[in-house]
Amino acid sequence: MDKLLQLLSKNSQFTTGEIAAMLGEPEDYIKAQIKEYENQGVIKGYQAVINWEDIEDSYVEALIELKVTPKKETGFDEMAKRCMAFEEVEAVYLMAGVYDFALIVRGETMQDIAMFIAKKLSTIDGVISTGTHFIMRRYKDRGMNLFCDDNQADERSLIL
Amino acid sequence: MEYSSYMNSSIQSISPSGIRKFFDIANEMKDVISLSIGEPDFQTPWHIRDEGIHSLEKGKTWYSPNRGFADLLQEISNYYQRRFDVTYSPVTQTLVTVGGSEAIDLAFRVLIEKGDEVIIPQPSFVCYVPLTVMAGGIPVVINTKNEDNFRLKADDLRAAITDKTKILVLPFPNNPTGAIMERHDLEEIAAVCREHDLLVLSDEIYSELTYGNRDHVSIASIEGMYERTIVINGFSKSYAMTGWRLGYALGPEEIIAQMTKLHQYGIMSAPTTAQYAAIEALKNGDKDVKHMRSEYDMRRRLVVDSFNDMGLSCFEPLGAFYVFPCIKSTGLSSDEFCTRLIMEKHVAVVPGTAFGECGDGFVRVSYSYSLKHLKIALQRIREFVEELKDENNR
Repeated sequence: MDKLLQLLSKNSQFTTGEIAAMLGEPEDYIKAQIKEYENQGVIKGYQAVINWEDIEDSYVEALIELKVTPKKETGFDEMAKRCMAFEEVEAVYLMAGVYDFALIVRGETMQDIAMFIAKKLSTIDGVISTGTHFIMRRYKDRGMNLFCDDNQADERSLIL
Repeated sequence: MEYSSYMNSSIQSISPSGIRKFFDIANEMKDVISLSIGEPDFQTPWHIRDEGIHSLEKGKTWYSPNRGFADLLQEISNYYQRRFDVTYSPVTQTLVTVGGSEAIDLAFRVLIEKGDEVIIPQPSFVCYVPLTVMAGGIPVVINTKNEDNFRLKADDLRAAITDKTKILVLPFPNNPTGAIMERHDLEEIAAVCREHDLLVLSDEIYSELTYGNRDHVSIASIEGMYERTIVINGFSKSYAMTGWRLGYALGPEEIIAQMTKLHQYGIMSAPTTAQYAAIEALKNGDKDVKHMRSEYDMRRRLVVDSFNDMGLSCFEPLGAFYVFPCIKSTGLSSDEFCTRLIMEKHVAVVPGTAFGECGDGFVRVSYSYSLKHLKIALQRIREFVEELKDENNR
């Protein structure tokens, strides 16, 4: 994998100077490379990974299994587009297995999500069934430990 | 009781390690950010830990054979063949020990007769001099130099040889300088060793941590050196397994046999659980080594670049996980630099003098820390160096 992208995917806060030093490339080259990735849409944006559970003003998320009837012309793409259009929907994945799509849906309360599924999602033409799994707690997300600070304490002792 | 009269005078004459002092200060202080630890920050890769756990679940809690489990000896032998092109019999030329340190101690005690001279290049890891002394030998120090990128030079070696010289310690890739020895460097050293009929103790514990596509070369792979070299290696640095305490020695059958005898009486056998984990490490750990090396490499570049940028010149270290910047431009000694850095900026690094007198004017900085941690520490060091400059210009 591209080392620059690997670095940025873990932490986008490095300066271009620091990245240049770490990768042993000139800073101008790194700047140009990042620009190019941004223009190509390879880098879509920069977000903070937030532990929302520590924030009072929180939200609920659910993983929704969706079984659908694919369309003759457009296959699954049209259904994916319809799902993506809802602002409640955070992520849409086409799956291999017993159902077709997995959606991550976000709402302020469980009731919000239940209403969204009943009124908006299950009524889409072509949806055969839905299955809802509420996310109760995030222990690890996007490669980061949200659970405890095990990895932060340096337990190493000086031996010699 | 006057205990000192009961205790061995050699051990009483040896001073405690100089790395300790700053650690004791650091322990008293809050908010200290350390760059002083000499072990991987990575945890042992999970699949390796899992094999250790699995062996415990199966109730494998007995001693191992004195030399180590046959499977592990075989894997070690395969590994040296595969990585460094040297062939050792797993049955007669390999011994599993409690860390590389035990292997070093065994080798010295087996080889040294009272009065034998042991040549030790410095700066280097702190154990060689005390262990030589305890074995009855006389340490003869060679100072490696910044302008030679801290590599050992044949002329310096030749100048240190007397008719009492028996062993050359070859500590590369080097702690604390990060220096390595490439094939052409080793060939020059090898020629001197053959000419003067020296044995070599090659401490290759950092052999997996070399950078810039320069694979470690074992001096045992050089012509005429196999029969006069004892190789020391282990699992601590390459597989992040320091706490498992597992190392090994490879060498001529006759020497390994005597070392095994001493190991058998003094230690019996290396930890059983660790040996099961180590078999997994050698069989399936290549990708972990590669991953850790690549992480260290990024940190190395960042740290070297930062020191040079702040005006503390730093030769490019090509091995281990240390940089060894020169702090002479600050006008301070290593000791003063480290003391003031920890008192004023709460950053702990180790004075070069902890690794030999010739380390004065340098400090050892470990980059076995996360990039985030390194960035904060480097920023504080930068502020400290700027303040020193202002002070000197006043």
